[in-house]
Amino acid sequence: MKVKVISRSTGEFTRERSQDLQRVFRNFDPTLRSQEKAVEYVRALNAAKLDKIFARPFIGAMDGHRDSIKCMAKNPNYLKAIFSGSDDGDIRLWDMASRRTVCQFPGHQGAVQGLTVSTDGSILVSCGSDCTVRLWNVSDANVADSDYLSDNSAKPQAVYVWKNAFRAVDHQWDGDLFATAGAQVDVWNHNRSQPVNTFDWGSDTTISIRFNPGEPNILATSANDRSITLYDLRMSSPARKVIMRTKTNSIAWNPMEPMNFTAANEDCNCYSYDARKLEEAKCVHKDHVSAVMDIDFSPTGREFVTGSYDRTVRIFQYNGGHSREIYHTKRMQRVFCVKYSCDASYVISGSDDTNLRLWKAKASEQLGVVLPRERKKHEYLEAVKNRYKHLPEVKRIVRHRHLPKPVYKAANLRRTMIEAERRKEQRRKAHSAPGSIMTEPVQISLKSVYEMRLRRHAKFSNVPLPPNKQDNYQYYIKLKLGTVPACNLHLYVQNHQPQPALNRKHEISPASVK
Amino acid sequence: MAAFWNSFDSEISGCDCLGDSHLRQAPGDSIASVPYISVTMAAKKENSDDEVDEKVKKYLRGEAANLEGVKDKKLKGQLAVREDLYGKSAKTAAKIEKWLLPSEGGYLEAEGIEKTWRIKQESIAREVDILSSRNQYDIVLPELGPYTLDFTSNGRYMAAAGRKGHLAIVDMKTLNLIKEIQVRETVRDVAYLHNELFFAAAQKKYPYIYNREGTELHCLKEHGPVLRLQFLKNHFLLASINKFGQLRYQDVTMGEMIGNFRTGLGRTDVMQVNPFNGVVALGHSSGTVTMWKPTSSVPLVKMLCHPGPVSSLAFHPNGHLMATSGRENKIKIWDLRKFEVIQTLPCHAKTLNFSQKGLLAAGTGSFIQILADFSGSQNYSSYMTHSMAKGYQVGKVLFRPYEDILGIGHSMGWSSILIPGSGEPNFDSWVANPFETSKQRREKEVHSLLDKLPPETIMLDPTKVGTVRVPQKKEKPTKKDVEAEMEAAIETAKDTEFKKKTKGRNKPSKRAKKRREMIDKAKRPFLEQQTQEHETSRKKQKTNPETEMPKSLQRFVRQKAT
Repeated sequence: MKVKVISRSTGEFTRERSQDLQRVFRNFDPTLRSQEKAVEYVRALNAAKLDKIFARPFIGAMDGHRDSIKCMAKNPNYLKAIFSGSDDGDIRLWDMASRRTVCQFPGHQGAVQGLTVSTDGSILVSCGSDCTVRLWNVSDANVADSDYLSDNSAKPQAVYVWKNAFRAVDHQWDGDLFATAGAQVDVWNHNRSQPVNTFDWGSDTTISIRFNPGEPNILATSANDRSITLYDLRMSSPARKVIMRTKTNSIAWNPMEPMNFTAANEDCNCYSYDARKLEEAKCVHKDHVSAVMDIDFSPTGREFVTGSYDRTVRIFQYNGGHSREIYHTKRMQRVFCVKYSCDASYVISGSDDTNLRLWKAKASEQLGVVLPRERKKHEYLEAVKNRYKHLPEVKRIVRHRHLPKPVYKAANLRRTMIEAERRKEQRRKAHSAPGSIMTEPVQISLKSVYEMRLRRHAKFSNVPLPPNKQDNYQYYIKLKLGTVPACNLHLYVQNHQPQPALNRKHEISPASVK
Repeated sequence: MAAFWNSFDSEISGCDCLGDSHLRQAPGDSIASVPYISVTMAAKKENSDDEVDEKVKKYLRGEAANLEGVKDKKLKGQLAVREDLYGKSAKTAAKIEKWLLPSEGGYLEAEGIEKTWRIKQESIAREVDILSSRNQYDIVLPELGPYTLDFTSNGRYMAAAGRKGHLAIVDMKTLNLIKEIQVRETVRDVAYLHNELFFAAAQKKYPYIYNREGTELHCLKEHGPVLRLQFLKNHFLLASINKFGQLRYQDVTMGEMIGNFRTGLGRTDVMQVNPFNGVVALGHSSGTVTMWKPTSSVPLVKMLCHPGPVSSLAFHPNGHLMATSGRENKIKIWDLRKFEVIQTLPCHAKTLNFSQKGLLAAGTGSFIQILADFSGSQNYSSYMTHSMAKGYQVGKVLFRPYEDILGIGHSMGWSSILIPGSGEPNFDSWVANPFETSKQRREKEVHSLLDKLPPETIMLDPTKVGTVRVPQKKEKPTKKDVEAEMEAAIETAKDTEFKKKTKGRNKPSKRAKKRREMIDKAKRPFLEQQTQEHETSRKKQKTNPETEMPKSLQRFVRQKAT
């Protein structure tokens, strides 16, 4: 007979001295834990509730400006510094950790419209409605200065006066060029008092400008004529253009996927585009109830923050149709500029009420040092929540946000209006001959650019337009090239984009029409 | 989206093989006699591969989801990554088993012509260490019996209740009597709550909750004269069945009564909780076994198990096996996934209990039999037997968790015998720790309260939690329903009050006309729907026989009388 029974001596399973840690034994056998899934679900539910309880995103306001804040700039070289410029011509450097002004940059007459910092963080460029571009030297000394009480004010390194007021400025990545937007797009060098290059497409004012972080020679602008234009500095003329239904207030490139950019539009939405395929937006980000004023991508490229005229700040996933988060306070007014901090954990908003506000990017994230066990627990809860996020109860709790009453009402109204419009469209379609009503995409694409040109062309040259709208495009192409098979249109557009034919200066002469 | 849910569903609900670990083959007995070393090595490797596969299967908790139907490429990719991760983690868990689970389980192997069921407790006592042999004892308390027992989930403490009002708490590690009280009335059952600090005793008129010091904390009057008590530790529910056949659930954290159901099948004292899903099973005198959950007043399952009264029942810890015994001297083992009898054994049992490793103890009179299936084919056969002193009537057998020990409550006190191979050798400190300190106990109490499950999570298949119910086909409203609806609509149209209009528009004739119009308007959708249905059905009738035939022959089709 061979026999063995379980026999545990206490010494083997308990600690030897009282200073020791308790001994832990694990057995991951599923039969020891009954109803694992139900337990996980309950944990997910509790985690979702706790997240709601701990959601305290607002850290503090930075008070000091005397007029509404128009623009901000991050210092890529120094994590806790941020520059802000206001309507009264004041530029300030803030220390986000202590939430105090470190340094002031006086000089602008009238509003500061654009701020940007060179990639090495040494030069601040500002431009304003006083038709000047000012370059400021930002030394490490005044960034890291701890003496807040002394009234630090800097003198500009250079002041360049130009012909018209500026609306925006952006610095090239890894280079010494910067571009200003205004009546036209000017490209400047640090050391030259006049622009080295000037672009122009269309007659309206350009209102925002942003360099591509991956390809330093490409920049995107938006203008008052509802267009978004892409420029390549290596070419003498603009590269591409999209015309939207409403104007775009700001543009941000995705730093991790530099071919994509997102445009903050006046029609409450943001549109993500692939710069290589401007025919249609990759994603439409809806949720704001008023014009979106500014947008900034997180350095991770997975999220971006938007500030809106509806007095809220929202955070979107780069591919999410609706916002992940909404931030608002009772005192925050129209938000004109937002920035994601360089470590992707904070969001800064500047608004009409002369304050900068500092927010956490993840509302319920624990600040400070997190112990490894705590971190593991957070990760576990996050994973469980992710696993059960589709279930109605968890979903409801995770999605719910308290909205300010005006925003709530406006969102409801907007929803009703859109729904009514959609219904009307549907009915019209149902009662018309099949195929006679085409649904247009939200944005007018390149095709429409051609159409517009054609109309202008027809107007000036008295060429009759073809009756059907659908034929316009082909007709135009025929006009241009004589015979182009319809299937190659796309190719044509892709390849011949930057040719002067597209440019307004080189309009087609009536003589070339057969 | 539908495809997504389906796939999710199959991923989650495909966990049927979860409990198949008891199908595992007994390792290491086929290779001992092979003479060639190389062959032995190969066989060993193969065998160990099989073993690892079995282990991985245990940790996989079901088959992988079938992703073929998923149309969303992105989702498919994500799910594939997730599945890959599950597979990897199961493999790792199986691999690290040898370090994490150092203790081997107990065993009893016969040599030569010995038979395991002839081995006596005395001979086992001679072979095992002193610590284990201390666990064989009889406590003789002839005046206050018969006794019933309950262990805490970590097996450290035991509560014993004598019929004549004797309640005792014993620390099984040190065999110290912690507290002993005499309640001076009949005690029918005792059950530990979530830890050793509280226990409930079913007394003559009501059940009571006591703490470790023997202080009465609560009298649960709503339960009435309770015969059996069971505690659902994941849900913090105390389930009781009383003399009138009423099943009650009470939440012991908030004191709320969760469910109160009349079984309608008479008095019974056979009640057992299925540890796998929290379903309470009752055995009735009619031979039926009913299974209940606290959120429905009708039983989930009603199965006729025996021709005579059910005398006891027990659940395998993996939840897929149930053993029932009837007065007609039969023990039946059921597969709860199919609700089918797997095996019928010809012996009587007053009490049954499954151990953590799946041994089945059956007690009747003064005789206890342990059944086991080492073959892996769910074929239970006699493993050990134990006879108590003549005249002892066994009332309750209960395996002690995480130990190779069987506790026996009988008419003359309680006893403890060694059953090698019955308990789980490796405990998990976070699930149930026999060496728990008071600080750990306090922490665990908080955690288990945070993870307390709502009563709705009790269901026959607990893996269904978190899946989406497939939408049922919408039932067509009957003709009567439609008519009733139309009537109601007409009534509301008739009852509407008109505004007082200006002179000339308020004439009775105009009002009557308006009312008629309104009634017609209310009727119209129903009538339209009727005609539409009629038309479609006519079309169907028309098309059916005629489309099959060439046109020239259609005139010969016999018209059906409509």
